[in-house]
Amino acid sequence: MMTTIMRQNLSDLTRHWAHDIYEVFQVQGVSMVSYVPDAGHVDLIKLCEADEKMRVLSLTTEEEGVAFAAGAYLGGKRAALLMQSSGVGNCINMLSLIKTCQLPFLTLVTMRGEFGEFNPWQIPMGQATPAILSAIGLIVYRVDAPSEVRDVIEAAVGLAFNGYSGVAVLLSQRLIGIKRFKEEK
Amino acid sequence: MKPVPCLKRREVVTALLADRGDLLVVAGLGATAWDVAAVEDHPHDFPLWGAMGGAAMVGLGLAFAQPSRKVLVITGDGEMLMGMGSLATIAAARPRNLRVVVIDNERYAETGGQRTHTAFSADIAAIALACGFPYARTVREADEIEPLRADIHQLNDLFLAVIKVALTHDPKALPPRDGAYLKNRMRAALLESQVVFE
Repeated sequence: MMTTIMRQNLSDLTRHWAHDIYEVFQVQGVSMVSYVPDAGHVDLIKLCEADEKMRVLSLTTEEEGVAFAAGAYLGGKRAALLMQSSGVGNCINMLSLIKTCQLPFLTLVTMRGEFGEFNPWQIPMGQATPAILSAIGLIVYRVDAPSEVRDVIEAAVGLAFNGYSGVAVLLSQRLIGIKRFKEEK
Repeated sequence: MKPVPCLKRREVVTALLADRGDLLVVAGLGATAWDVAAVEDHPHDFPLWGAMGGAAMVGLGLAFAQPSRKVLVITGDGEMLMGMGSLATIAAARPRNLRVVVIDNERYAETGGQRTHTAFSADIAAIALACGFPYARTVREADEIEPLRADIHQLNDLFLAVIKVALTHDPKALPPRDGAYLKNRMRAALLESQVVFE
């Protein structure tokens, strides 16, 4: 009995939070995902690609995903955009579409340039990301702990698709894990 | 010497949208949105007033969401050049119900007539083919328009056509510019009533 409980707990600890996001997508009918990849999105992309009912689209630049989500919603489908914080700047003018058309829009942004960043080139865009997203009219949430992921994603999907709003969820660098190229050698 | 285009954009777009049936249209910002509006203001049209570079990707999203319908993106050379990467994205996805028509006057006509890259060297049909579009061609003659219109409805695969058009000064024909209205109008025309305002 004790062993079983411990195993369950261990399972909870090792289960990646990407499963929480994927399950919310399923329940809330988010059936399309577009992305410019980031290491922090690897597990979620794998889960979505393994699901035959989901359309998963690779992009050349993040702003394509904004326009794609707009078209999908016009046709009655819910799409989410996955990107790294460095891609946020690529999207700014395209996000006008979201605000001016009152389109539901959800993007999940894996953060760089903050907690423990070693690459100085990531810092300017990472630090500017929340302010830039707010400035163009998106509602910005932030997640720092794995235990918060499900609740925040649920709230974000609801606010986007029930509230006809653009919503960005910043998945913090602390949540994702710090990238250390030196250790990967 | 490059041939001087003889086709007139308003006539071309009017001909392409004849007998349109349940065709869905995304029009890129500027002159192509006015061209589409000059034909009629149709609930199956989504004319963009901004989002430059995004027309083809709006079309892709719509094509994915409505696989049983044909989706036509009509946009200009400047708009398409800004979203050139989307041609690679679209070709990789190969939605068989999407078609892209580029009305190419080789100019940024809305902003003073500055030349675009297609005036010098860029060949958007060749770019599309190199990205992996199964079909792409450049149209220069009037007798090529009706076959293109037929392809829009009958060809069951992704394609792109560039139509070289003359520099013309056409009367403004502006579509509605309230984006929320345009969005709701298209959804109301496409979706079951209980879904439109879910």
